[in-house]
Amino acid sequence: MNRFIVPLVAFALLVVVLAIGIRQSPDKDLIPSPLIGKPAPEFSLPSLTDPGQRVSSTQLRGHWYIFNVWGTWCYACREEHPMLLKIRKAGVIPVIGLDWKDDRGDALSFLKDQGDPYATIAVDHDGSEAIMWGVYGAPESFLVDPQGIVISKFIGPITEAQWEQQILPRLSMSPGPAAASASSS
Amino acid sequence: MIVIALVASLFFSILPAYAIAPERMPTPQLEARYLALIHGFRCMQCQDESLADSPVNLAADMRRQIRDMLIAGKSDEQIRDFMVSRYGYFILFKPPFVLKTAWLWLTPGVLLLVGVITALTVIRKRAALAATDLEDNDLTDA
Repeated sequence: MNRFIVPLVAFALLVVVLAIGIRQSPDKDLIPSPLIGKPAPEFSLPSLTDPGQRVSSTQLRGHWYIFNVWGTWCYACREEHPMLLKIRKAGVIPVIGLDWKDDRGDALSFLKDQGDPYATIAVDHDGSEAIMWGVYGAPESFLVDPQGIVISKFIGPITEAQWEQQILPRLSMSPGPAAASASSS
Repeated sequence: MIVIALVASLFFSILPAYAIAPERMPTPQLEARYLALIHGFRCMQCQDESLADSPVNLAADMRRQIRDMLIAGKSDEQIRDFMVSRYGYFILFKPPFVLKTAWLWLTPGVLLLVGVITALTVIRKRAALAATDLEDNDLTDA
């Protein structure tokens, strides 16, 4: 009897290891970003609404922002749109758009019809900026802190739960101007 | 006859899948490095295909990025580091041996070692057991 215990335990351990491996493998769709905890890529790109203007990362320094990669060709981005409008309405964090390999006319008419949730939109016409951010699908969103550090990445549409549990609590935790004014009152 | 035609048409319909336009590099040296690099990166959208084999737009954009970096004089190492810093080790078909991936490389060896040690101890025990059995027999005989 005793001599079966060691192989049995070893087998059970192997099963556990393989089970964890199999459980995690569907997360191939959610590859963790190496940018988390690191400075967000610096960029300076033309604005969608006003191609003469540029949208740059230096303008965004000192503020929390959500960097949202989207395109009118992307179906899941349309699904995400109401959530982005809701975030805009909440007014606590700007959403910076990256219009990824899109047609300018399509993008402008989409925003006119469906509402514009973005504080500003940068244009990535040839897709090279998306590579800088390690984007491999749309929508993808990055939460960036006032120091310009990537705090988290959301692959696929931002959900209500992610907004309430992973984005909002972060903002109130930061020693931003809101926290400072709250402590002084 | 119709069946043959159908089979033939199926065969020929497969052929265009290979028709990813080969992007030329200015020199044969760069071309060779370019080809080696794009075969070593995973297409992040299709995941089981390399950048060289993938027809998706993102793979084309990433191949362009690699070509631009090669022409700008970047080393293979710099290009690999750039890709890994954006997409993580997942983008490499052959993951490097670092702390994070050590278990991946070491586990098979460790398992093999455990197996060999187990087999050896079992064999030794059996041999010892057989020997004592013989001695026991000798004793009972005596």
